[in-house]
Amino acid sequence: MNSEAKRLVLIGNGLVGMRAIEEIVARAPNRYAITVFGAEPYGNYDRIQLSPMLAGEKDFASILLHDHGWYARHGITFRAGQKIVGIDRAAREVVSESGIRAAYDHLILATGSMPLMLPIEGAALPGVVSFRTVADVEAMQKAAATGGKAIVIGGGLLGLEAAYGLRRRGMEVTVLHLMPHLMERQLDPVAGAMLRKDLAWRGINVITNATAEAILGSNHVESVILADGCEIAASLVVMAIGIRPNIELALSCGLSVNRGIEIDDRLVTNDPAISAIGECVEHRGEVFGLVAPLYNMARTLAARLCGDHSALYKPAATATRLKVTGIDVFSTGDIYGDEDTEILMFRDAARGIYKRLVARDERLVGALLYGDVQGGADYLDFIQSRRSIKAPRDLLIFQPEMAA
Amino acid sequence: MSKETHTTCPYCGVGCGVVADSDGNVRGDSEHPANLGRLCSKGSALGETLRLSGRLLHPKAGGLRVAWDTALDLVAQRFREALDQHGPESIAFYVSGQLLTEDYYVANKLAKGFLGTANIDTNSRLCMSSSVAGHRRAFGEDLVPGCYEDFDSADLVVLVGSNTAWCHPILFQRLEAAREKHGTRVVVIDPRRTASAASADLHLPIASGTDVLLFNGLLAYLAAKDAIDAEYIGSHTSGFAEALATATAEAGSLASVAARCGLDPRDLKLFYDWFAGTEKTVTAYSQGVNQSSAGTDKVNAIINCHLATGRIGKPGSGPFSLTGQPNAMGGREVGGLANQLAAHMSFDDPAAIDKVCRFWNAPNMAQRPGLPAVEMFDAVADGQIKALWIMGTNPAVSMPNAGKVRQALADCPFVVVSDCTGETDTAELAHVLLPAAGWSEKDGTVTNSERRISRQRAFRAPPGEARCDWAIVTGVAERLGYAASFPYRRAADIFREHAALSAFENDDARRFDLGGLMHIDDAAYDTLAPVQWPVSAGRDEGTQRLLDDALYPTEDQRGHFVAVRQRAPRFAADAAYPLILNTGRLRDQWHTMTRTGLVPRLSLHRPEPCVEIAPGDAAKRGISDGDLVRLTTSWGTALAEARVAPDQPDGSLFLPMHWSDQFAGRCVAGALANPAVDPISHQPELKHTPVTIEKVVTGFEMLLITRRRFKPSNSFYWSRRPGMGCEIYRLRGPQPATEMADAAEALLAPQEGWELIEYRDPARGVTRLAFVSANGIEECLFLGQPGRLPEAGAVIDLFAGKAPLDGGCRLSLLSGAIRGGATSHGRIICTCFHVGIDTIREAIAADEIEDVHALGRKLRAGTNCGSCISELKEILRRTRRPLVAG
Repeated sequence: MNSEAKRLVLIGNGLVGMRAIEEIVARAPNRYAITVFGAEPYGNYDRIQLSPMLAGEKDFASILLHDHGWYARHGITFRAGQKIVGIDRAAREVVSESGIRAAYDHLILATGSMPLMLPIEGAALPGVVSFRTVADVEAMQKAAATGGKAIVIGGGLLGLEAAYGLRRRGMEVTVLHLMPHLMERQLDPVAGAMLRKDLAWRGINVITNATAEAILGSNHVESVILADGCEIAASLVVMAIGIRPNIELALSCGLSVNRGIEIDDRLVTNDPAISAIGECVEHRGEVFGLVAPLYNMARTLAARLCGDHSALYKPAATATRLKVTGIDVFSTGDIYGDEDTEILMFRDAARGIYKRLVARDERLVGALLYGDVQGGADYLDFIQSRRSIKAPRDLLIFQPEMAA
Repeated sequence: MSKETHTTCPYCGVGCGVVADSDGNVRGDSEHPANLGRLCSKGSALGETLRLSGRLLHPKAGGLRVAWDTALDLVAQRFREALDQHGPESIAFYVSGQLLTEDYYVANKLAKGFLGTANIDTNSRLCMSSSVAGHRRAFGEDLVPGCYEDFDSADLVVLVGSNTAWCHPILFQRLEAAREKHGTRVVVIDPRRTASAASADLHLPIASGTDVLLFNGLLAYLAAKDAIDAEYIGSHTSGFAEALATATAEAGSLASVAARCGLDPRDLKLFYDWFAGTEKTVTAYSQGVNQSSAGTDKVNAIINCHLATGRIGKPGSGPFSLTGQPNAMGGREVGGLANQLAAHMSFDDPAAIDKVCRFWNAPNMAQRPGLPAVEMFDAVADGQIKALWIMGTNPAVSMPNAGKVRQALADCPFVVVSDCTGETDTAELAHVLLPAAGWSEKDGTVTNSERRISRQRAFRAPPGEARCDWAIVTGVAERLGYAASFPYRRAADIFREHAALSAFENDDARRFDLGGLMHIDDAAYDTLAPVQWPVSAGRDEGTQRLLDDALYPTEDQRGHFVAVRQRAPRFAADAAYPLILNTGRLRDQWHTMTRTGLVPRLSLHRPEPCVEIAPGDAAKRGISDGDLVRLTTSWGTALAEARVAPDQPDGSLFLPMHWSDQFAGRCVAGALANPAVDPISHQPELKHTPVTIEKVVTGFEMLLITRRRFKPSNSFYWSRRPGMGCEIYRLRGPQPATEMADAAEALLAPQEGWELIEYRDPARGVTRLAFVSANGIEECLFLGQPGRLPEAGAVIDLFAGKAPLDGGCRLSLLSGAIRGGATSHGRIICTCFHVGIDTIREAIAADEIEDVHALGRKLRAGTNCGSCISELKEILRRTRRPLVAG
């Protein structure tokens, strides 16, 4: 280790922060003396793979990205299970819950996000869990072991994956969704309805326009009461209504914070010695929930910290490409449109295939693919490049690769 | 192996021999003298016409199925009532060159001998009657002196008003073969640069209707150049001086003739010189000559030139009428025209009437000619005809002023239609429909253009309750009380009687004599080899050429010159109707498409009804190739697709005669055509009607492919063509595509369990819908802005199968192309091997192909029926880079 190396500290042993570290050690192995703090006791794991883990398709070993040995091999000081509770910006030093201190020349905040919990009666009852960590998955696995009924509050991507996992583990699952259709950020009502049908076929019941009013139970969850008075029995309630950036630490040290930790294109907070990336940040008013642009942040930050000061983070249209309970979905850009947009639509309902492209002024601004996601990258490319779709318009749905 | 039957093709007058097996496989009969084994595109596809689609299977009255007895009783009763209440002139028959001679004979006998009316006319009136009249004026009898062999041995063949390459393809190929062998010169006289003209040594693009002038000019030229056969004229003809004087007076100046015919005088002189200097000259002519208000004069103007040169009845020379229908000649022989009596006897001769009366032992012998077709339908319209029987023809489409004919049929108190199909515009107007046996099911004889009588033989049982036409007529005759005179049990019975009548008290007065066949037994009839009449007693081998003895069946035994004067067509173009409408046939369709319209590959050559227009005329009106256009004449309107064709002369349009309301929303050529007729032959002037054309601005275009057959609304333009396992509809109209989505969806008829695949781009007016089931694709619709529909050939091909579609296919079919699917061939030129123009052009460019033989070796195009060879040559000519002159 280079004794003159600058001290780099990462708070947050998650996907994005660790991606930055990976990039840095690959580019400049000896440039920094690196210390990583993680609140969870494990090495860095792929949080996205918690869903298949819940479903029993993967185990923890297979989703672990870096074991402790990896950190050691790369000369990284790894502080697992050490939640940072304070940052002394003046002293350039961080301190953990258990009192471990680490000084930094540069600090990276990658504290991620927190699951939102409904502030309703009974939300704190045993048997009410979120879906964020390995611990959450273990809690659900344990609850599912005895079968019974589960309620998932929130019909977004995470909630549906939880529902699918629990169903796979043999529970009777009902999804409560506040909005008229599922996954409304990624899907339009047509695709939402198709998804609901596909879920029903998989044995997952969905109630839309459903507001959970209270969770009942004497010393463990027993049921959920809806606003319309319906009571649904459940021995497990998973809250998956969304996330919010984890900003407590930043707030506590006086960094500029709005919804997330505010950063500029250089990914730097209002303290030049502190950068922030991942779900904890707010960049140009945007907060983030999907990993693709965040990896981009990690790359940019790594480049900057390795001396490339021209590297700037540019937000780009990003796409959600995901597998919802085994159904391919791709969604990018403005999939709703407005009175000035035009819609191109393909549907083979019997095969569960639906495609919706949104165009404005002969340019693609949104694409939603359900059931068949081929061409997603081409649509993303059309959106990002702002190329005209005028000439290839008739081919666009069918052969985007030819159109591109 | 299934049994093979030798029969005769039911299309044009070439009369090719066909060998068919009971599975419906057909090939040319190599032993038949008319074709020596070859078949054209239509003939090759005969097997594909044998499917039941659209067949009339049971008698119907008032639209309801009835028993044969009920139907025949009704026909007999209504005919009897008309006779009793209004007399024999209130009855009429309109029959067809598609009938066999035996069918024709029985119908003619019933009408003229037993119902007492000569109101029996045939669609040959629209086709050949000017030739009949011309023959009778010149020769004294309706006879074609020459034979097909003359095309082999001629040194000059002049084709007048005949697109032989398309309309008589096998004869044209015979001519082409002769050209290759010994360099026969071919001159084509036709306003259009047809496929025949394209390969000719000389094309004279004559101004429409100036044929008499051109041949009068030739007669005058021959005389002036002393290229006439004075000896022949003196010994065997009469009327030369007057004919020549008339010709010289109006056509003595070649320059003037050329100017009035719209020809380059050098070309005209070349033709005149060739004719003058070529002893072995055949002048073959067809509808361009016949279908004219001066048709008979045109025929005689041509024959005059042959009389003057003595070139009649000699090997390799003679005037030659190319008949349009398989049995137009047979119909003429039995007397199927209203002005003929029977067996080439005439109402002009009271002794002949008596003769036929005695032969038939007829109780009610007609004493005077009946009404020819146009006048007959006028009489239907006027209410004089109370009961009309139409057999095997479609006058609602094919007659001039067809709109009036339809109205007349709709108003007529009693209309009987006997036909193979109930799906014709005429059948839709009938009170009684009688199912007739069709080709492959019926048995009898036909006569081709060279007087050759050939057997059409049955090789399949008629479907449903269909019967032979002669049996249907006999059934009515029996019910009218004439059973004893109609004792026919089989076609041979009728043929023997027909042959006997031809020989009855003939004494060599009539060349039409089948006396040698009047005692033919059933077995010999069944195996009768093709034979050219006359077949007089003791001369069973028939007669190859007539008039070779220069003894004409006229009173003075001389051939008659007829002094004819150029007469303009009845209706001239004017400011309101500035163009001239010409009508005619296409290569791969036949008449009103009742048979060829069933065959997918025959629809590929011309999928849409197209009107051909010269580039200059089109440009003046803002019309581009593929535009929808409206044609209007004083008699009717039609919608068609414009085909801008450099081969089309300025000032003239060409519209195919084939489309009916079964195949297009409004594209009946007959409805546009004027009803003027030739004063002698009464043949209508179908090739010269003043017309105006305008572009119809279209807002949408639709392609609907379905397994159903139906008639879309006429609130927009539509056409239908057959595909394998489907019907293909193309629709267009003025409404913007963005407003047509609902109307388009309403055209579909989904059934329980069908699955919808849809693609929509409403801002562009795009709606594409497909219904699929476990049986694969069921219906598919493409709606979009005009010219913006995808090439859908691969989707159409899907209908040929009945298997479920795989995922990739379902995802891609609405793009028009199936993922991994076939490529486009372009417009199909070779129907037999499905070779498209793009493929041909590519092959020519890639391999430096120099001639059609090389093209045939590479692509097989043109190597089967050969109907496309002239087009292939033209494509070669246009595709190949011109060689630099050395």
